[in-house]
Amino acid sequence: MLKVNGLSTYYGNIQELKNISMEVAEGEIITLIGANGAGKTTTLMSISGIVPPRQGEIFFLNKPIHTMSPDKIVSQGISQVPEGRRIFPYLTVAENLDMGAYLRSDTENIKKDMAYIWDLFPILSQRRHQAGGTLSGGEQQMLAISRALMARPRLLLLDEPSLGLAPLIVKQIFEIIKKINAENNTTIFLVEQNANMALKIAHRGYVMENGVITMSDSSRNLLCNEAVKKAYLGL
Amino acid sequence: MMTFTEIKKSFLTSLWFMFLTFPIMVIRVNTIEKQVIWRWENMWYVGIGSFLLSFAWRYFLRRKERGGNQANEHIANMSSSIQRIFSRRRYKIPAMVAAAMAVVVFPFVMNSYQTNIMITALMYVMLGLGLNIVVGLAGLLDLGYVAFYAVGAYTYGLLNHHFGIGFWTVLPLGGALGALFGVLLGFPVLRLRGDYLAIVTLGFGEIIRLILENWNEFSYGPSGIAHISKPSLFGIKLSFSGEINYMYFLMIGMVCFTIFVVNRLQNSRIGRAWIALREDEIACQAMGIDKTRTKLTAFALGATWAGMAGVIFAAKTTFINPASFTFMESAMILSIVVLGGMGSIPGVIIAALFLILLPEYLRAFSDYRMLLFGAIMVIMMVFRPQGIIATVRRNYNFKRAEN
Repeated sequence: MLKVNGLSTYYGNIQELKNISMEVAEGEIITLIGANGAGKTTTLMSISGIVPPRQGEIFFLNKPIHTMSPDKIVSQGISQVPEGRRIFPYLTVAENLDMGAYLRSDTENIKKDMAYIWDLFPILSQRRHQAGGTLSGGEQQMLAISRALMARPRLLLLDEPSLGLAPLIVKQIFEIIKKINAENNTTIFLVEQNANMALKIAHRGYVMENGVITMSDSSRNLLCNEAVKKAYLGL
Repeated sequence: MMTFTEIKKSFLTSLWFMFLTFPIMVIRVNTIEKQVIWRWENMWYVGIGSFLLSFAWRYFLRRKERGGNQANEHIANMSSSIQRIFSRRRYKIPAMVAAAMAVVVFPFVMNSYQTNIMITALMYVMLGLGLNIVVGLAGLLDLGYVAFYAVGAYTYGLLNHHFGIGFWTVLPLGGALGALFGVLLGFPVLRLRGDYLAIVTLGFGEIIRLILENWNEFSYGPSGIAHISKPSLFGIKLSFSGEINYMYFLMIGMVCFTIFVVNRLQNSRIGRAWIALREDEIACQAMGIDKTRTKLTAFALGATWAGMAGVIFAAKTTFINPASFTFMESAMILSIVVLGGMGSIPGVIIAALFLILLPEYLRAFSDYRMLLFGAIMVIMMVFRPQGIIATVRRNYNFKRAEN
């Protein structure tokens, strides 16, 4: 479904990604783990076109998307939950969700999707007329995921959904991610620091270090791998 | 609390002010009789005045910071109660009817001078609401808004002067040309934000004014264009006061139209996209909002109102020259938006009426007008930074559980 070929991304003169290649199949949960500054977020930003790559190709459903602008990429069916949630604090919960459906004009289906979101996260339904900035961290993360879902993505890019959340909430959010994947057959690309949790729900995983992918295997194998255990799982 | 340190602070402030104003307030040199007059009594006035003012200033500042913002909440409650009156059906209709009656009766009760300054004030309401789109909703600080105003005015001035084209034809044309210039300016400055954008728009405003001032063959330079025709009413010849009344109702109509459109825009998807863009650009891009196009529409739509207001301005004064389009005008319109409350339509209307009408009625103090203006701005920004009427969007109400 998604194919990344020899991707290199720069911030000015600094090369952040060095010749990255990866592949995501339809219906999978893929996770990308690594230390701070390894280039995980940059990989997502390059795929979504917000930080366009300097070299390499990205194909989504056999279409080259590395030359497209971010809004074109979203309209292809890739939607991103940015790092640190980044919800719109002065818009209400419902308005935040409506912004997620910005490129869609099928009012009926938008309503249906909104009802699905209220089902998925009942707490958001209670807070639908409340400004986004007044939600708690966990609720904001739920809102950020819901907002991305409102675009009806085929591929959902999740950037550190566990950031700054209590373990119990993290568990709840990962359950939902699994549910979204199972119910809608939405392919999920999960970037995480919390390697243990991420590898438990993912089918396959990539390990990244200093802008290079060093390992790629099924998540079961990665969980048992001695090097991964030492570096990321703290075992 | 009147502690000793408070008194000492105020005393030092007043000493400092006495020292600063000494050369202008105390010494007067009479060059004809070659005398120096010492006016010591003025020093006392300055001293006592600044002592009391600094005392009051510190007292109010502390009251604002302490005590759960009681003073502030009082004002906030007042303005939100204004909103509540307008949001409640029972009060809404009578209030609207009363306002409409006042608006209709105004030119027949007041003399033509009063009506005339009201027309000017209404023009600023329109400009303020237009700039409100750019600054209040999209969060793009535009210091060169007057450039679009000038574009509209000169569109009508030149077309009328050369080809005799009437007001009603040029009105939409002026708006369209304003929008075009908005897009022209928008393209190069889109990647800029905040302070940088402010500087570039400031430069653009000055460029337009300087072109109009120096390109004599095109715009007749500083001498301007005179004898621009007033708006026509189906070819009926109007008396002097009839013309003013016509202009007044035309302006009322335009303001109503502006309020309607801005209100619709604010609650539309594009309006929400502007607010979203103001809050978080990266999140917007991740949602598939085209950053470039959204910012351009904000610029263009804001400029449209300035263009139309410019056409009306040219028709009202029948004479335009570049001196009407200085940076002061931009600053004035921006002050209206900030003072009224960014993004708030009723706030902008009240601020425009206040800022334009007050100086007219304070003609007696015309020397101190700008001083007073500055003082009001400082006091407003310190004690009520959210503006006269804060945006409704920021106040949300919990629906209490029914039991």
